[in-house]
Amino acid sequence: MSSLLLDIHGLRHTFPKADGGDLLVLDGIELEVTQGQIVGLLGRTGSGKSTLLRLIAGLAQPSDGSVTYLGQPVLGPAPGIAMVFQGFALFPWLTVLENVQLGLEALGLPEPEIRKRALAAIDLIGLDGYESAYPRELSGGMRQRVGFARALVVHPNILLMDEPFSALDVLTAETLRTDFLELWGDGKLPIKGVILVTHNIEEAVLMCDRILLFSNNPGRIIREIGVDLRQPRNRLDPQFRELVEKIYVAMTARTPNAPTGRQITINTVLPRVSANLFSGLIETLAAEPYRGKADLPVLADELHLEADELFPVAEAMQMFHFAEVEGGDIKLTDIGKQFAELGTDDRKKLFQKQLLAYIPLATHIRRVLQERANHVAPKSRFLDELEDHMSTEDAEHTLRAVTAWGRYAEAFAYDDDTGMFSLENPS
Amino acid sequence: MRVFVPISVGGWVRLFSRWDILAVLLILGLLVFLGEASRHLFEPLADLQRTPPSLDPANLPEYAARTTLRMFIAMALSLLFTFTYATLAAKNKQAERILVPLLDILQSVPILGFISVTVVFFMALAPGRVLGAEFAAIFAIFTSQAWNMAFSFYQSLRTVPTELTEASRCFRLSPWMSFWRVDVPFAMPQLIWNMMMSMSGSWFFVVASEAISVGNTTVTLPGVGSYIALAIEQQNLKAVGWAIGTMLVVILVYDQILFRPLVAWADRFRFEQEPGVVAPQSWVLNILRRSRIVDRVTRPFAVLWRRLLLPRHPDNVEAVRRAPRTRPGWITFQLGLIVFALTAFALWQALRFFTEGITLADVGTVLLLGLATLIRVIVLIALATVVWVPIGVWVGTRPYAAIVVQPIAQFLAAFPANVLFPIVVSGIVAWQLNPNIWLSPLMILGTQWYILFNVIAGASAIPAELRAVGASFRVRGWLWWRRIALPAVLPYYVTGAITASGGSWNASIVAEVASWGNHHLEAKGLGAYIAQQTDAGDFHRIVLGIAVMSLYVVVINRVFWRPLYGYAERKFRLD
Repeated sequence: MSSLLLDIHGLRHTFPKADGGDLLVLDGIELEVTQGQIVGLLGRTGSGKSTLLRLIAGLAQPSDGSVTYLGQPVLGPAPGIAMVFQGFALFPWLTVLENVQLGLEALGLPEPEIRKRALAAIDLIGLDGYESAYPRELSGGMRQRVGFARALVVHPNILLMDEPFSALDVLTAETLRTDFLELWGDGKLPIKGVILVTHNIEEAVLMCDRILLFSNNPGRIIREIGVDLRQPRNRLDPQFRELVEKIYVAMTARTPNAPTGRQITINTVLPRVSANLFSGLIETLAAEPYRGKADLPVLADELHLEADELFPVAEAMQMFHFAEVEGGDIKLTDIGKQFAELGTDDRKKLFQKQLLAYIPLATHIRRVLQERANHVAPKSRFLDELEDHMSTEDAEHTLRAVTAWGRYAEAFAYDDDTGMFSLENPS
Repeated sequence: MRVFVPISVGGWVRLFSRWDILAVLLILGLLVFLGEASRHLFEPLADLQRTPPSLDPANLPEYAARTTLRMFIAMALSLLFTFTYATLAAKNKQAERILVPLLDILQSVPILGFISVTVVFFMALAPGRVLGAEFAAIFAIFTSQAWNMAFSFYQSLRTVPTELTEASRCFRLSPWMSFWRVDVPFAMPQLIWNMMMSMSGSWFFVVASEAISVGNTTVTLPGVGSYIALAIEQQNLKAVGWAIGTMLVVILVYDQILFRPLVAWADRFRFEQEPGVVAPQSWVLNILRRSRIVDRVTRPFAVLWRRLLLPRHPDNVEAVRRAPRTRPGWITFQLGLIVFALTAFALWQALRFFTEGITLADVGTVLLLGLATLIRVIVLIALATVVWVPIGVWVGTRPYAAIVVQPIAQFLAAFPANVLFPIVVSGIVAWQLNPNIWLSPLMILGTQWYILFNVIAGASAIPAELRAVGASFRVRGWLWWRRIALPAVLPYYVTGAITASGGSWNASIVAEVASWGNHHLEAKGLGAYIAQQTDAGDFHRIVLGIAVMSLYVVVINRVFWRPLYGYAERKFRLD
C-alpha cells in the first residue's frame, strides 16, 4: 500500500524509575497514518502522547514494538519527518531567515537553493518582511509561524505538531489554525500527512480527520473517533458540538484504570488542585444556573478553562466525593452541596473529614505522624514510598498535592526548610 | 529583500566612511602589536640575560605588549581546553564522572604552585631559548584562567533547553554543526563573563610568573611583571607607580576594544530576555558593524566558516540513519580498567615521591601552617564581610550610586593587588609592625572586591515591589536588614565570598612572604612555606605544601561553602 506513511505496531514504552524499575508510559499502541490525513492524539497531560510523538520523530527508541516510516524502521531522526514544538524551539541567536535555513544547511544543499527554498517557505507562511528579525523581536504567533516555516522548508512527508498552539493566546491560536487549515486544504503545503498532539478537545475536532483518545497512566489508545465534517468547520455547528460532547463523555467514562473514590490507594497519582479552586467550582456548581449539575463542555466554556485544566479539578472532586462525573456531566453530591453552604471554618472541617476518609495517602501520613513519639516524619520517607510505584516527578507532585490539602484541612503541617511533616500547627 | 551590490558605487567618498577609517586603524594597531610582541620569541635565552630589564619607563609599552600577548595566548589555550574538556564532560556520562571532580580539585590547587612545579619541565622543552620560559609563564597564566571557564561551559551545556536539543536532532544537524550552532551560542554569554573574570584574575599571576625563580633556575622575561619585580628589588617607588599606570591603561584598553564589544555582541545569545534590562553597548562594535570594509573583508571568512559547519556527506538519499550500536557494558569496563590503572600508578608514584624526601613530622608541620593560613582567611573574609556588605547594600539600593560604584569595584577586582604590596611592606618596615598580623591584609586586598560587587548586584536586584512593601510598612533599621536586605543579597554574597576565599588562599603564597629591597618579611603560614620551598627548589616539600593547601580548599568548599550556597539558593532565590 503506497499511501501508508507511518505504521506503528505493538508499541510499548517505559521510563526508568528511581528505584531501578521501569515505569510504563505507553502500552499497546497501534497506529496507521495514510496520505492526506490529519491525525489527532488527544489526551490529558501525562498520557504519553508527546512521548509517542518523539518516538515517531526518532528522538527516542520505543522499549518494544516498531515504528515504520515508508516501509523502513525509524531508528533515529529521519529525513521527511519534521516537528513543530510547543515552545517554538527557535534559536534566539539566529534571525528568522537563518532559523528557517538551518534544516536545509544540515541537508548539505547548495547555498542558492537553501536561500530560494527558505524564502519560499517564509513567503508561504506569511513572514515576508521579517527575514532579518530575531525571534525575541516577534510576538508568540509570529514565532510559531517561524516554527512552521522551519519545519515545512525541508519538505517533510509527515509534519509532527506538539501542542503547537497551546502557548499562544486564544485569538492568535485561532488565526494560526485557520491559516494552516487553509494552506493544507488548498494543497499548498509540501507535506503528505500531519500528526497533531493536543489536549484541547475543540482544537482536535476543528483540525483532525481522525482523533485518537489516550488514557492516562499508562497511555493507551482508548478510542478512535473519525471526523467527517467538511472544512472549514464551524464551532457552533450542532454536529460539531455533538462530537465535542461525545469526546467529553468518552474521556470521563469510567475505565477500569480511572481513579474513583472506591479505587484509589496510597499509591494513586493525585492531581494538584488547590483548595481554592475546589471551593470556587463547588460554589459555581451549587449556584444558578447549574443547581448542582453541569455539562462539562458548557462549564469549560463558561469558566474559560480548557478540558485539560477542568478534568483534574473534576477528578479531585470525585476523589473527595464532592461530585460525580459521568457521561460528560459533573454532578454535586449531597456532601458537595453541604460544603457550598458552609463558612470557612466549617468547610475546613468537612474538607478534613473527606480527606482523611477518602485519600489514603493523607490517612497514611497522619497515622505515621501519630504513631511516632515526637509526631514528626521526614518528607523523604513518604517520597521514597511513592517512588516505588510512580515516576519521581509524579511522586513529587502527588506529595505536594496532599501537602497542600493537609495544610488547608489542618490535618498535618509541613516545614519546607527542614523537610519535615508534623502534627503541630504553629499557634 | 535587500539587494547586494557587489562593488561600492558612488565615488571614493562613499568608499571610505569614517567608520572604515577607524576600523582599519583598530585592526592595523592590533597587527602591529602582535608583530612587535612576538618578535623576540625565538631569541636565545642568553640574549635575554645580556639585556637585563631596565626601569626606564620608555620600555613599558613594549613590556606591556608582551605581557598582554602572553595573557591572550593563555586565553586562547584556555578556550581550547574549555571546548574539549567541558564538552567531553557534558556529553559523555562515563567521562563526566571523572572529569568533573578532577576539575573541582584542579580549581583548588594554588596557581603559583603550578609555576613552581612546571617551570623546569617547560624550560627543558626548548632548551636555551626564550620560548621555554615563555611556555612556563603562559602555562601558569593558563592555569589561572581555564578552570572557571571550563566549569561555566560545562554547566551551560548541561542546561541547553531540551526543545532546542530536540529541534537540532530533529533537523539532523551533525554533532559538529550542533556544537557550533547550538551549544556554543547558548553558552556564550556565561562564557564571556567568565573570560573577563579569568582575565582579571590572571593579572595577579602574570606578575608572579614573569620573574620565575625555582632553586637555581632564574628567568626574567621582559614584561610588566618583571619590571615590578625589579622595581621592588631596587626600592624604586616611582617605577612601581609607572607600572601601575601602565596596567591601568592596558586593562582599560582591552576592556574597551575586546570585552565591551564581546559582551555587546553576545547579548543576542542570551536565551531569556528579561524585560527592562538595557542591552549592553560598545562603540568599537558599532564601528566594526557599520564599516563596509570590515564587512567586505570578513564576509569570505564567514562563508568559509559556514562551509566548515556543513556536513561532508549529504545523506538525504538514505532514508533512515541508523542509531549507533554501542555496548555500554564493555566500554564502561574498559574505561573503569584504565581509570583504575591510572589511579594505582598515580598512588604508587605519589607514595614513592613522598617517602623519599618527606617525614611524618613534615606533614604535621605543614598541616599546622595550613591552619594558620586558614585562620587568616576566615578572619579576613569575616572582616571584609562586615565592611563591604553594608556598603554594597547601601550602594545597590541607590541606582545612581550603583552605576558609578559597580564598574569601579569590578575594575578593582581586576587590578593585581600584588603591585601594591611594596607600598604596604615599606610601611610595615618603617613602623616595625608584626608581619604575622600586618602582612595578612595583603591576602584579601585584591579579592575583597568580589564580595562588594556581588553584593551590589544582589541589592540592585531586589524587586522594587519588595522595597515598596518594606517602605509602606515602615520596616526600618535592624529589622530592615534582617528581613529584607540580608536575605535578598545572601545568594550573591555567597558567590562573591567563595571567589574571595579561594583567591585569598592563592594570594597567600605571595602575601605571606614579602620583600622591599633588602627587607624580607615573613608571616607564619602555608603560603610562606610554599614560597620558601620554591626558593630552595625542594620539590618534595613544594608538592607537599600544594597538596595540603588543595586539601584545605577542597574540604572547606565541600563542608562550608557548597552547603551554604545550596541553602541560600533554595531559600532566598527571588523569582
